[in-house]
Amino acid sequence: MRERSLAGRRITDAVVRFIAAASALAGIAFLAWILIDIALKGGTALNWDFFTKRTGPFTLPDTGMANAIVGTLYLTLAATIIGVPIGLLAGVYLSEFGKDSPVSTTVRFVSNALMGIPSILIGVFVYTLLVVPMKSYSGYAGGVALGIIMLPVVARTTEDMLNLVPNELRESALALGAPRWKATLGVIFRAARTGLVTGVLLAVARISGETAPLLFTAFNNNHFTWFSGNGAGRYFYDMREPTANLTVTIFQYAMSPYERWKEQAWGASLLITAGVLVLSVVARIVFRGKQYGHAK
Amino acid sequence: MAMLSEIIDKPRPSVLKHRIEVPLRRATPLADFDSIPSKISVRGLNFYYGNCQALFDNNIEIKANRVTAIIGPSGCGKSTHIRVYNRIYQLYREQRAEGEVMIEGRNMLVPSTDVIRLRKRVGMIFQKPTPFPMTVFENVAYGLNLHYRVGRSELADRVEEALKRAALWNEVKDSLNKSGLALSGGQQQRLCIARAIAVEPDVLCMDEPASALDPAATTKIEDLMESLKSSYTIVLVTHNMQQAARVSDFTAFFYEGRIIEFGPTPQLFTKPREKQTEDYITGRFG
Repeated sequence: MRERSLAGRRITDAVVRFIAAASALAGIAFLAWILIDIALKGGTALNWDFFTKRTGPFTLPDTGMANAIVGTLYLTLAATIIGVPIGLLAGVYLSEFGKDSPVSTTVRFVSNALMGIPSILIGVFVYTLLVVPMKSYSGYAGGVALGIIMLPVVARTTEDMLNLVPNELRESALALGAPRWKATLGVIFRAARTGLVTGVLLAVARISGETAPLLFTAFNNNHFTWFSGNGAGRYFYDMREPTANLTVTIFQYAMSPYERWKEQAWGASLLITAGVLVLSVVARIVFRGKQYGHAK
Repeated sequence: MAMLSEIIDKPRPSVLKHRIEVPLRRATPLADFDSIPSKISVRGLNFYYGNCQALFDNNIEIKANRVTAIIGPSGCGKSTHIRVYNRIYQLYREQRAEGEVMIEGRNMLVPSTDVIRLRKRVGMIFQKPTPFPMTVFENVAYGLNLHYRVGRSELADRVEEALKRAALWNEVKDSLNKSGLALSGGQQQRLCIARAIAVEPDVLCMDEPASALDPAATTKIEDLMESLKSSYTIVLVTHNMQQAARVSDFTAFFYEGRIIEFGPTPQLFTKPREKQTEDYITGRFG
């Protein structure tokens, strides 16, 4: 038996280190490139009109993205209302009740599969489910499609985060005579709240850039679709209508030959990117180091 | 228990080289054993983790308003044994218990037992302090609100009372709205005790409550047990024999899932009947 040479190990170490660093750098470089490109090309489009005027023909000088911005917010909200509660409860079932039962194994497998399904298929699915019977593209259909995409993301992160809560905490609550559901909502959820909120925000970030599922569902619209009349309804979007949104607008504008539209598509891209970025940064700062067991 | 007294009455030469000091004030005369009512009577208890049997035919009488210590080497089934009392083991699908755990004449292991009411009567303290991620006040109020409808002023009184009985009030009375997680380890454990006694249980099962604490905090917990036993029946699992000798009235020695010996603490530590007990308490194994 001969000892391995030190020089050989040093060379291997240096090579592996170089390859790892280069790969990391390549990834970061592309991300930086994309971000800088979007910022430079989109920055010029972001003016007052962009945020206050609705989308319209390229011939008009004073069009913006206001209706699409509001529409995207409404679609995201609808998706969150649909996807988050069901996702949370599914995660609770997997972590707290089902564990390794055949049902939860199946649910886990299916939700992993659902996460991998191309989102356009979910769009087509909701098209046949809602758009065809309702005979109209609608914001509701868009919300449902995005909600379905959120569902497995929220369910799996919820399960993972609840699994991180130490069993002693669970036992302590139950040992006091708490029914299972009260222990889960009152104690386990509190202990895991940082992770749960992060999971929800991640899911929101995931859907806010989705275009394909909206093409068949919310479609797009050049108008604000507020409810008509003078009641409180005029502050709400009528989601029974095709609903304007940023991503489909970007898709349509970017495919067009018109410089002005292209510029606005860049602006909308910047807006979404910045929105997602701000959302994740804020989430990280607000919930930094608050996982149970490390809190002070 | 007649057998027990027979053995005690016989003079027996002391064989212990490393005697564990047993404070005399703790000594319960053996004659009293049968006259003290049992809070929990365990009969023929077997316990299984899946296919693996962990407890074998456990029989023990937990006397009311006394401290019963359960000692034995790691993995001998001490914790497993007391986790049957409040059926907390049920959280895990693969675990099951057979036999009888009688409390006031009723077997708690039958399926019809309401575990919520059982757990209200049999509180539990764990090795690691487990304050809930909420304020000191809310921690103690949590259990109270589970079992009682209380107005706000009464709730505050009850919380204060529980914290006082857990010898924590003076340290936290100005920081009731601080997170329970911000307390020191010893304070957290006393908070957990306050939380457990706030629901007025009959029995407190303590699973190595001081093993994660420093000596000063341990002393406080031990003093607390002494003061609590007038109101509660305490079952203490500990791997610390000195602690068992200091605080308990009765001691059970567990080995490989079996109760090797059970009797008044002074007797078990000074005149053990069984060779295995003697070997363990003299430090020959475990």
